[in-house]
Amino acid sequence: MPTTVSMTVNGKKVSGQVEPRTLLVQFIRETLGLTGTHVGCDTSQCGACVVHVDGKSVKSCTMLAAQAEGANVLTIEGLATDGKLHPMQEAFREHHGLQCGFCTPGMVMSAIDLVKNNKNPSEHEIREWLEGNICRCTGYHNIVKAIAAGAKAMA
Amino acid sequence: MYSFEYQKAGSVADAAKAATGEAKLVAGGMTLIPTLKLRLAQPSKLVDLGGLKDLVGIKAEGGGVTIGAMTTHAAVASSAEVKKAIPALAALAAGIGDPAVRNRGTIGGSVANNDPAADYPAACVALGATIVTSKRKITADDFFKGLFETALEEGEVITAISFPAPEKAAYMKFRNPASRYALVGVFVAKTKGGVRVAVTGAGEGGVFRKKSFEEALGKSFAGSALDGVKVDAKGLNSDIHASADYRAHLIKVMAKRAVDAAK
Repeated sequence: MPTTVSMTVNGKKVSGQVEPRTLLVQFIRETLGLTGTHVGCDTSQCGACVVHVDGKSVKSCTMLAAQAEGANVLTIEGLATDGKLHPMQEAFREHHGLQCGFCTPGMVMSAIDLVKNNKNPSEHEIREWLEGNICRCTGYHNIVKAIAAGAKAMA
Repeated sequence: MYSFEYQKAGSVADAAKAATGEAKLVAGGMTLIPTLKLRLAQPSKLVDLGGLKDLVGIKAEGGGVTIGAMTTHAAVASSAEVKKAIPALAALAAGIGDPAVRNRGTIGGSVANNDPAADYPAACVALGATIVTSKRKITADDFFKGLFETALEEGEVITAISFPAPEKAAYMKFRNPASRYALVGVFVAKTKGGVRVAVTGAGEGGVFRKKSFEEALGKSFAGSALDGVKVDAKGLNSDIHASADYRAHLIKVMAKRAVDAAK
């Protein structure tokens, strides 16, 4: 039976009709049309779907839209302000932290959560943090460099 | 996913009342939602504990800690109280899943699910924890019954888990290189009442205590005390990831590392 969910996404109040089984990522992509959040594996492993819910990184393919009722959600589309990239997005561009770009939204959202928890992460800490984000192109090296630079830029 | 009804519980009593028949409780959902997506379960209703703020939080009590059932792994891993009283428990929480999973997954959900490769059951058993529910208090030794089986009855909700502080403890796990779940995880605790050793990931019936290790370590709390103790592969899992013999070998290796790392 469809129900209405309401939440704040990228600073805007939104609501929509969902089924109880509708995933948060489906609500974001299909109902709101915010397709920057990707579905990669759909099995909670790859992290392409990472968004922030109430300030914490979560896998939006492993959360029901109904569970996000009333929450404050931030997606990749909510990072740039007035056409200016977020420092972490800029760092990914500058350090060539992507090739095909599919994993990038999740990588960037995870990276920002890392820096919230650890302002000056070491290379090892960055690599550990990316356990739940899988990239099949760049082999992580430039992603790690980009995150280190992004952390400095966010300071 | 098959379709289901959804209800947000307003209180523990509310959740206990609703969680009957084919209804299922959902805490962080880090196991249940993937299970539903694979259509391995078909509950009629999900009763969401997510709004129950009084189940979230960590209290230092009598030298140990009491952790609310809806406390996330990330919160346990970063808790000053847990790090002080039982650093091994904070380290265990920091090693579950990945950061995004630790932000949603809860201790109550993990313990209630009793996955044979989950980390928390080993901590509960080795530390002699008490599982507090909406109805009663259950010792960890009595709580874990087998694969995905616990002493929980219909309509019974875990509200908190109390861990007494050990003198020393450590958890060591050998991760499956792909899934990162424990192929074998060993939690060793030196407590006032003696040494307790719990093994996860390896047993056909889920978490179990390794009594022969406990006896040897009771005489001498050093990794070398286990050198002469044989580990029988009987009753251990054998699958594509590891044979029972290999798991038996790993149990001793991980136990020795845990003893040597205990603090």
